[in-house]
Amino acid sequence: MIVETIAFYLFSAITIAAAVMVVSARNPVHSVLFLILAFFNSAALFVLMGAEFLAMILVVVYVGAVAVLFLFVVMMLDINFAELRQGFLQYLPIGGLIGLILFVELAAVLGAWVVAPEAAQMAQRPIPASSEVSNTLALGRVLYTDYAFLFQLAGLILLVAMIGAIVLTLRQREGVRKQSIAKQVSRSREESIEIKDVPTGSGA
Amino acid sequence: MTEAIGLNHYLVVAAILFTLGIFGIFLNRKNVIIILMSIELMLLAVNINLVAFSTHLGDLVGQVFAMFILTVAAAEAAIGLAILVVYFRNRGSIAVEDINLMKG
Repeated sequence: MIVETIAFYLFSAITIAAAVMVVSARNPVHSVLFLILAFFNSAALFVLMGAEFLAMILVVVYVGAVAVLFLFVVMMLDINFAELRQGFLQYLPIGGLIGLILFVELAAVLGAWVVAPEAAQMAQRPIPASSEVSNTLALGRVLYTDYAFLFQLAGLILLVAMIGAIVLTLRQREGVRKQSIAKQVSRSREESIEIKDVPTGSGA
Repeated sequence: MTEAIGLNHYLVVAAILFTLGIFGIFLNRKNVIIILMSIELMLLAVNINLVAFSTHLGDLVGQVFAMFILTVAAAEAAIGLAILVVYFRNRGSIAVEDINLMKG
């Protein structure tokens, strides 16, 4: 129990510190790296809560895909970040004020709130004992049966996002000679060959 | 330190993360990349909330839902960054306050 407590405080402290650095780092590359640190530590928090599959998904999807995508964009675009940081201190008071108000509201909700005693009996899909069924298996049993349509819909959302991103960033450059196979194949004899009757003794 | 880690501990962590996300959006008004990262932080906080409730109440649906949020977050990041790349190609900067110049 004491190990779990220490682990919780360690992981959550690192997560929050990394989140602070994400929003306040001078260099956006550092921000992305701190974002990766925050994701790793919240994956550890997920493991502490007993959601192992989601923890691994968090590492694979967020760290492996989303954060690396951010890193690519930050590093490939030639952006003057010093210019973008102007007004940083100007926005500090209003941002701090709104953040403080929001946090006080959330704390007020947390302080006065208790779980209804009958809530535990109302579970739609109870989590089976971890000694019998692993978290991944239990999640798969629910996801591929009762939530199969939503799962397909999630795949569709990803497909739309992929096509959208490709369509947005695809560009036809001027002055670049590209091979067009359809054009090559559909050429006919008439438009490619010209037969000239050249009289003897004079040029074509 | 004898008190066990319960639901409220995780909810507090999620609340702090969410607040930091909001704070980051206000602090980095000019930098779209940091704003997108702040949105990711807020989605992460929501996911922590969902998983905490799911394990505390013994209901798997929360974890299923957290997975869908993860999907949507990935799609949102991809589209957002694609728009950012196109915008940068057009304007040569990513300053947010100029985006309203691109009407139509």
